Amino acid sequence: MMGEILVLVDHSDGAPRKSALQLLTAARSVADVTGDEVAAVWLGPGAAAAADTLGRHGAARVLAWDSADAKAFVTVPQVEALEQLIGARSSTLLLFASANHTKDVAARLAVRLGGGIITDATGLEVEGGRVVATKEVFGGDVITRARIAGDRAQIVGIAANAYPVEEPGTAAAPVETFSVTLSDAARSAPVTAVEKQASADRPDIAEAAIVVSGGRGLGKPEGFELLERLADLLGAGVGASRAATDAGWYPHRYQIGQTGRTVAPSLYLGAGISGAIQHRAGMQTSQHVVAINKDPEAPIFQIADFGVVGDLYEVVPRLIEALEARRG
Amino acid sequence: MRIIVPVKRVPDTASVRRIDATSRTVDRESSEAVLCPVNEYAIEEAMRIKERTDAHVTVLIAAPESGRGIVQKALAYGLDEAVFVTDPAIAGSDAIGTARVLAAALRHLEPWDLVLFGNQSTDARTSVVPAAVAELLGLPSITYARHLELADGSLVAHREHEEGWDVVSAPLPAIVSVVEAINEPRFPSFKGIIAAKSKPVVDLDLAGIGLEPGLVGHGAAAAELIDFSERPPKAAGTVVNDDGAGSSVGALVDWMAERKFV
Ligand SMILES: Cc1cc2nc3c(=O)[nH]c(=O)nc-3n(C[C@H](O)[C@H](O)[C@H](O)COP(=O)(O)OP(=O)(O)OC[C@H]3O[C@@H](n4cnc5c(N)ncnc54)[C@H](O)[C@@H]3O)c2cc1C
Ligand SMILES: Nc1ncnc2c1ncn2[C@@H]1O[C@H](COP(=O)(O)O)[C@@H](O)[C@H]1O
Repeated sequence: MMGEILVLVDHSDGAPRKSALQLLTAARSVADVTGDEVAAVWLGPGAAAAADTLGRHGAARVLAWDSADAKAFVTVPQVEALEQLIGARSSTLLLFASANHTKDVAARLAVRLGGGIITDATGLEVEGGRVVATKEVFGGDVITRARIAGDRAQIVGIAANAYPVEEPGTAAAPVETFSVTLSDAARSAPVTAVEKQASADRPDIAEAAIVVSGGRGLGKPEGFELLERLADLLGAGVGASRAATDAGWYPHRYQIGQTGRTVAPSLYLGAGISGAIQHRAGMQTSQHVVAINKDPEAPIFQIADFGVVGDLYEVVPRLIEALEARRG
Repeated sequence: MRIIVPVKRVPDTASVRRIDATSRTVDRESSEAVLCPVNEYAIEEAMRIKERTDAHVTVLIAAPESGRGIVQKALAYGLDEAVFVTDPAIAGSDAIGTARVLAAALRHLEPWDLVLFGNQSTDARTSVVPAAVAELLGLPSITYARHLELADGSLVAHREHEEGWDVVSAPLPAIVSVVEAINEPRFPSFKGIIAAKSKPVVDLDLAGIGLEPGLVGHGAAAAELIDFSERPPKAAGTVVNDDGAGSSVGALVDWMAERKFV
């Protein structure tokens, strides 16, 4: 039997997240070298409806645990499902997206399997049938290559936007369901409610191709309404500096930086952000950086591909007008 | 109520951070060592619980001898006691190795009700340690808490994620990690800094926490660094001055259009 690379599909409201589709691309890049097959792992109900998307994006099959228990208790049911699945299919590579809650699943699984874990890889190579992961550390200042030693299970997290979404397939992937025996411990921490705050129309900052980000220079919470208008014209996500989230102008989950989230979009546009080292740690691997700041000495200009020295309240509204005019 | 707060010693972000070419781990000597800022939120949460319930709070640090300086820094917030775990055999551990050390130390320190981690550390940023410790101890991992309530042997937490948060409950003892949104940390008071000097500090090595040296350190690390390089500096970009009436916008839109962003 051919080997199998497992891809843990993060899903929300029945649809795979963009990050999961990017994982399929990453998995195929490895499979092309090793000759393995790529299987998407779907934990929770709804696999059948997603099989088409997953197949078209490169999954040879979908392995599904069709149970609401997957998300009804914190983390452990997913760990036990993966542990039992990996035991049955003898896969040696599992890819996961570096989102808060999937990192926990991966960490616990690595302990259970006596495997190794690498998080936030930006690239994968294959050497001697094993994966070598590229990873950026210290806010992107240093680029490392690492592998999981010996023949241990390889559990590797892929950074958002490190791989593109590709659509090599044309058909739905067949769904194979599997069952899971949960321990009592797996049910000890129930999820009693899910509070969704994010706008359904705006992409999340980790997944967005463009991120518009605001800082203390906005001067007031309403400044973010302006940035949201700009973002929606660009199909962008909206992020913030810690100065802005600390002030309560924007929710903490959108904080970009060392103690917030890391984004690597094609375009990062920062307005009223000085570019402190802790902020840069979360965005400096963006492909292109635009900065709007009235202080020509602001450090953000050191990493900006296009900088505007000016008042954001003069520049951003006119940028919005110009973009609206282009649209006609 | 007894609370343990594991705190990490990290290089200061504002200094140049490097990887040591020989040991292939973070070069902890090349930059000033500080208490991981994310842990200040865990310390604050512990102090608030202490002030409400008279809890006893222990700070737990695993670090080489050179990291001892942060023991006093942590105690200065008003915590009751420090446990400093150091052993040459720990050097070169990966995140799971670190988790093994902390889990063994936590076992040694039992009984306790709550462990309050930071959701990540500013140098490694893996977020792996808290969940791995919970797994090693067979406890739920209530990570990324932006809100925490304790009542009658159980907790309710709001676990932050990309779309909002999950409301979860769990029995105590529990492993929790906190995000910055949970509170606003205080600064250590002058009184606290002085009082820290007379707080008990317990020293432990691997034998003291009952952990086999072969399970941690460089030799046991599953994640293996092959090589590393510094990011090449970025070429200077275009900078335009706006005249205060949006004169820059045309050039900006052209630049964006050339790159197909609009
Ligand atoms: C441990 C630690 C962790 C941290 N983690 C993070 C993190 O994760 N993310 C993060 O962002 N920060 C983080 N910080 C904070 C960081 O050091 C900076 O304080 C923060 O990034 C500053 O945010 P800012 O750029 O919005 O504000 P400021 O540095 O105050 O910059 C505001 C900028 O706006 C400009 N400006 C003002 N008005 C206008 C106007 N009308 N038009 C145009 N420009 C204008 C000013 O010239 C200035 O450059 C951390 C700090 C520490 C100590
Ligand atoms: N050596 C250590 N000593 C004590 N606590 C640690 C250590 N390493 C990590 N931690 C804890 O684990 C959290 C997450 O770290 P990390 O998984 O490295 O991102 C930190 O905020 C600390 O609470």
